[in-house]
Amino acid sequence: MKVLERKHSVAVRWFHWINFPLLAVMVWSGAMIYWANQVYLIKFSEPLWEKVNLAFRLAEGMAFHFFFMWFFAINGIAYVIYTIVSGAWRELLPNRRSFIEAMQVTLHDLHLRREAPPQGKFNAAQRIAYTAIIVMGFFSLVTGLAIYKPVQFSWLTWLFGGYQRARFFHFWLTVGYVVFFAVHIGQVIRTGWNNFRAMIIGVEVREVPGE
Amino acid sequence: MSDEEQSSGGQAPPPVPVVVEPTPEELEAARLAAIEAIDRDVAAELKRLSRRGFITAGVAAAAGIGAWEWLRTRPRDASLAWPLRRMLRTNESLAMAYFSRSRLSPTFARTRINNPARINGGLGLTQNYDPENWRLNIEGLASLTLDDIRSFPRQTMITELRCIEGWSIIVQWSGARLSDVMAKFPPPQLPRYVALETPGRGYYVGLDIESAMHPQTLLAYELNGAPLSWQHGAPLRLAIPVKYGIKNIKRIGTIRYTDVRPADYWAEQGYDWYAGH
Repeated sequence: MKVLERKHSVAVRWFHWINFPLLAVMVWSGAMIYWANQVYLIKFSEPLWEKVNLAFRLAEGMAFHFFFMWFFAINGIAYVIYTIVSGAWRELLPNRRSFIEAMQVTLHDLHLRREAPPQGKFNAAQRIAYTAIIVMGFFSLVTGLAIYKPVQFSWLTWLFGGYQRARFFHFWLTVGYVVFFAVHIGQVIRTGWNNFRAMIIGVEVREVPGE
Repeated sequence: MSDEEQSSGGQAPPPVPVVVEPTPEELEAARLAAIEAIDRDVAAELKRLSRRGFITAGVAAAAGIGAWEWLRTRPRDASLAWPLRRMLRTNESLAMAYFSRSRLSPTFARTRINNPARINGGLGLTQNYDPENWRLNIEGLASLTLDDIRSFPRQTMITELRCIEGWSIIVQWSGARLSDVMAKFPPPQLPRYVALETPGRGYYVGLDIESAMHPQTLLAYELNGAPLSWQHGAPLRLAIPVKYGIKNIKRIGTIRYTDVRPADYWAEQGYDWYAGH
């Protein structure tokens, strides 16, 4: 027998789908900024930059970055407030079992372990990933502020070890989002349509034994 | 039992209905029918939610793409789509409201100095420059020689010069505070902006008055302990660590007080006019 299970609230779905293009624009405009000074290990050839149309667009990149940063920050902060007020944080925060379970989940996903550990709405690996991405978002905002206003917020810049180190963290957090995105997309494809659809319509169809 | 039924005693009791036990087959059929009915309801509800969800998603995606296209195609204001330019102005207002002259750019130990200092940007350095007859022209108020500038209290600071490209260097500047020079040759009333130009106006920047009056804003004549080389802007340049490198104009020819937002070379190319730290 089939049942519909409520999975993602309407608020969470809006936060998720608003964040997706905002983060994409922040990464895209950030790449235009990075082009002007490629100093953090990752360095692409000039023809490649030109091919993807990210070369010689520093001014534009900064303007987009400093436009969309507000919407990215507001959406992220609103999401965090929502998870606290609604109690959804209980299903999202890792607990003391999560780290062992996350390893078991990973082994299971890699077909190295037969059983997945028992889970609630999100498995332990998801709890860690979805919490880590919020922590990363927080650090993107504060490292961003540290390099945006390094005199007015010089204490913050100092906290990250200076202007160049703050910039270094800001950059590697972005690489982290790109990696997160790749894994996330892979997992969503693997899990299937029912799961993906739940992020659009809110419910998931589940088969239960008919009584 | 009710009183009414008791009072009708004596009559024959009502016939007991005959209960026919359903066969297991019938039970199973009923169970399957019930499951089928539930599954039908679930399918109908899923269809309803899907329609609603995907229509909303489609409309939202179309609105997002529309907004993006709108933003990208707006008429340009100094090389930027005007909403982007307007947002830079909003950010600037917030930054100016928060700005304080008492917040200083961090200073560093001598050992951290980058020597030789990286050379970057020669705009305005090749035109109309005659070292013998160079003067700093404070428009309408004064014409100063380098010795005149040197007669102001000498300030030395080791600060980070942050280029808008992303790199930064730590350098030592020596010079006179712009605020000291402005105090000696004050405008009739405190202006909102200060404009600075190279001789021949090959390069020009605008500053908000608060940044111009910041104690670390120097008219610098020495870099890392030596007089400025021509690539670094001899004989006199601006050292302004509360701004990106683009505002640290080399070879200053003219200073002008104004209430009209001054033109700025890189702002015209699409950069933030304020460019402040």
